[in-house]
Amino acid sequence: MVQVMNVTKKYDETPVVNDVSVTIKQGQITSFIGPNGAGKSTLLSMISRLIAKDAGEVRIGDKDITKTKSRELAKKLAILKQSNEMNARLTVRELISFGRFPYSQGRLNAEDWEHVDQAIDYMELWSMQDSYIHQLSGGQRQRAFIAMVIAQDTDYILLDEPLNNLDMKHSVQIMKVLRRLVKDMGKTVLLVIHDINFASCYSDDIVALKNGHIVAQGTTEEMMASEVLTDIYEMDMPICRINDQKICVYFT
Amino acid sequence: MRFNWKIMSLAMLSLVLAAIFMFTDAGGNWDYVLQHRAEKLLAMVMTGGAIAFSTVIFQTITNNRILTPSIIGLDSLYILLQTALVFFFGSTSALVINGPLNFFVSLALMLGFAVILYYFLFQGEQQDIFFLLLVGIVCGTLFSSISTFLQVLISPDEFLTIQDNMFASFNNVNSNILGISVAVFVLLFIYSLTFMKYLNVLSLGKDQAVNLGVPYKYAVKRLLVIVVLFISIATALVGPITFLGLLVANVAYELMKDYRHSVLLAAAALAAVAFLIGGQLLVERVLGFNTAISVIVNFIGGIYFIYLLLRGNKAWSR
Repeated sequence: MVQVMNVTKKYDETPVVNDVSVTIKQGQITSFIGPNGAGKSTLLSMISRLIAKDAGEVRIGDKDITKTKSRELAKKLAILKQSNEMNARLTVRELISFGRFPYSQGRLNAEDWEHVDQAIDYMELWSMQDSYIHQLSGGQRQRAFIAMVIAQDTDYILLDEPLNNLDMKHSVQIMKVLRRLVKDMGKTVLLVIHDINFASCYSDDIVALKNGHIVAQGTTEEMMASEVLTDIYEMDMPICRINDQKICVYFT
Repeated sequence: MRFNWKIMSLAMLSLVLAAIFMFTDAGGNWDYVLQHRAEKLLAMVMTGGAIAFSTVIFQTITNNRILTPSIIGLDSLYILLQTALVFFFGSTSALVINGPLNFFVSLALMLGFAVILYYFLFQGEQQDIFFLLLVGIVCGTLFSSISTFLQVLISPDEFLTIQDNMFASFNNVNSNILGISVAVFVLLFIYSLTFMKYLNVLSLGKDQAVNLGVPYKYAVKRLLVIVVLFISIATALVGPITFLGLLVANVAYELMKDYRHSVLLAAAALAAVAFLIGGQLLVERVLGFNTAISVIVNFIGGIYFIYLLLRGNKAWSR
């Protein structure tokens, strides 16, 4: 369980996330949605200790993140940001092996390599395990980073817009993997996502933010309602049911 | 580290150059020549190592391949200090003449300055590296201007004392601070080993480093202090020579094509040592002491820098 209690973040006195409290259920995919500048990414970054919060408390399982050692947290929670630009010249396999750093501090043992192999297996990366990261396409790179997160073997996986700049095929691939991670390994996945229809098709719960506040939350079934979404996005959001999925047709 | 022929050949090159430097063209008086040259050689090995380590570590922390630690104005601060000491206390003052005293004063001042600068860097949430660089460049220019101003005022005799310190040169190594430098260097090296495991992860960027459980602020603050101390040792020993770091760090990246810092640091240090000995051989045996090694370093380093810029974006993404 992830518990967020009265968390606030201000930039120059302007609150970006304002007194937010939310509880995220174990073993589910929870999507954070909302318009640009709603504070979704900031909230996710605070939950994952990437940025400091100005007030409030975050608990991951039974651990308060400000009172727990970073290395211990790294075994419980993994975060993947949307931009993964880096200078280092390394291969897919080497990148994935970094996922074991919290356990091995850089000296990987046989068990660590087993986790690396499993992650490569899981993401079907065998054919490109020796390719250099900077030579890969966006979709392939995203898969490599997710494999690293899998090797990190944490109960909680946080993703900030994992579908950013990906085409439809790769987006579906990534979302299916996340679904499998929840089903097969009992992971808890939190993601910030812009595409409301991906959120609808793949998540269990949806939390909506706007102007730094949570304006609505509930199961996907409850949240994918025209009135709710219209309030959040301040535009017409008609919902259709297609192939047993709720799809929002907001394009025109 | 497993056997690596590139590292081995760099090591061989350094050894051969060192042997040529030590044992050829001695002209009789062996005892004097050997001791004199051994001191120079030791200074070059230490300077090379210090410059290489500090630059590679600094570039990893800042995730930028064309920065050197000198950009934050440490070189000009060193010259300002030497100028100010002569200006206020005279060229015969203990602060100027007493090598070890001068060494520790320089070390303390450069470290103090860097800590203040880093304090600004780590205050903000964004830890904007460009802000640090801007402040550093402004400070560096200010220091240079004050130095020039003071140098104009003092007598020409006293100016000569300063001039010796303004250009890096192994012809007048401060041999009376060699012992202390070795001690500080070795201690610093041992201390820095405890942070080596974090360097590889830091090269993935700040967010990934935090995600993987690196105590980011703790590690980066200490690494930056290590960088400054290495630079200070090299500068106090031979004068401002940090441009060399840019050269050897990039040679190491290009040559090794590896992300592991054990490999990168070793390659950069060996390249620096080879470059310094080779440059010094050129200065002594070919150019007949008519120029300082820093001129050669800046000449070749400058050409290489332009090459990096011309190659464009590729240079930034290893």
